[in-house]
Amino acid sequence: MPSVSAMWGGGDNVSQIISLLFYGVFIIFLFYGQKIQMYIIIREIEGSLHKLKFIRDEGRKIAIKTIKEIGKPEVDPTDRVNRFLEYFTIAPQSMDPAGIVPKLDHILDVRDDRLKDEVKLMAPTVDEAQTNNLENTLEAAMALNFIYKVVRHFYLQGKKTLSLYIIMQLQMILPIIMKQAKAYQSALKAFSYGQPIGDGAGPLVVTKLIHGYKTQKIPKDCVVAKLPLEGRTAFVIKAEGPGGNVGKPGEAVRKVIDDNKGKIASVIMIDAGLKLEGEKVGEVAEGIGAAIGGPGIDQYKIEESVVKYHIPLHAVIVKEDLGDAVSPMRKEINDAVETVIDRVKNLILERTKKGDKIIIVGVGNTIGIGQ
Amino acid sequence: MSQASKSLTSKMSTFILALVIVTLALSFSALILAFDTYNRGDQTIATYLALIGVIGLASSIYVIFQAQKRAKNLKIKDLPIVTTIECRKCGSKNVRNFERGDYVLKELEPCEKCKDTNKMITAIYRKVDQKEKSSPF
Repeated sequence: MPSVSAMWGGGDNVSQIISLLFYGVFIIFLFYGQKIQMYIIIREIEGSLHKLKFIRDEGRKIAIKTIKEIGKPEVDPTDRVNRFLEYFTIAPQSMDPAGIVPKLDHILDVRDDRLKDEVKLMAPTVDEAQTNNLENTLEAAMALNFIYKVVRHFYLQGKKTLSLYIIMQLQMILPIIMKQAKAYQSALKAFSYGQPIGDGAGPLVVTKLIHGYKTQKIPKDCVVAKLPLEGRTAFVIKAEGPGGNVGKPGEAVRKVIDDNKGKIASVIMIDAGLKLEGEKVGEVAEGIGAAIGGPGIDQYKIEESVVKYHIPLHAVIVKEDLGDAVSPMRKEINDAVETVIDRVKNLILERTKKGDKIIIVGVGNTIGIGQ
Repeated sequence: MSQASKSLTSKMSTFILALVIVTLALSFSALILAFDTYNRGDQTIATYLALIGVIGLASSIYVIFQAQKRAKNLKIKDLPIVTTIECRKCGSKNVRNFERGDYVLKELEPCEKCKDTNKMITAIYRKVDQKEKSSPF
């Protein structure tokens, strides 16, 4: 007949203690397993939050330092920068979506003007290019501040309510959030120094094409050059550099099409495109459609213009990930320029006839790229 | 609070810092006890206590170093960016570190060889030494 001690794990005292410990741990995990799991996740999020706070504070410091270095303001810009980091934009009401594009366009224009004015107040002596660079720097710092505050919000809310589901959702998306934060972190330095970034692949290609030709300003914040290319007349458009600027290629394309009364044989857009994991940075790919990111206003305008006159729309992209797109341009992306030019020339030869008029648009932030 | 301890607290969370302090205190106590027990002649217990003390001390130091390393990794690194300068006439090429104010197609001083043509910035980029992880896909 088994003794009571055998039930607890056998003969000697050590085995009995180990068995008791095992039962104890089993019971604790049975009743408090979820809570223990939650505390582990909370600690993990806390670690990431510490990192985000550090990145946010560093970003703010860099922004203030850059304003002081470049702008040489008479008053300390710290308070104004702190206020700037808290700016928000309210998207237009979309219950009745008809006509939402002009509304969004207007709101983004007002936002852009307001931010530029703020930068000019912080650093009144800087030129247009430096104003754009400072604006970009502050926007990157603003994005880092926003990311930190949103993660902190959900962390505190999860901790307050002890809801495993809030905490777990945050933990699941945290790797992507951290990747984005690190991308903005590297963007900050690039913007503060005025270095070309990966997103500038499109403007860089266009710059190589228009070098030596006369450029003309075109609304809004863009330049256009008219040049002969493979026996065709090309209108080549890019944002005005070398300050950090994406311009409004939608309006520029519309103006060129309207000026030529729709007699355009093809529109070719060159942009940086997000690569999938496993694809190489700097790979070039061709496709159809408007290759342009952002809130969608410029894509809408370009699509409207080409549909009106039935103009074919082609796209050439240089593949890169989000981190590469906003950090200083990698050599692979710079080297891809010649490949893109060859592809564009092939497209022109294969898809248009001699004497045709075409539009080539280099889409992206033209920071550190002149014309 | 001194600058050193202030910077240490900013690198580590309060919980971890408290844990490290407690472990350090216990490790030192274990080492002192080990010394005392050894003097009293109980070598086996002294060895165990010394082992506990050394392990505690080593793990605390490891955590502190890890926290410092992590903080160093967080710092925004200055990536090595190079500027390529070319003369369009004679083709002479020169690569130097990026300087604030550089931009692609910026005209610089006249070329030393041609004299009559200005040199120009033709590229600005960073080199990435990335070791590709082998994958069958």
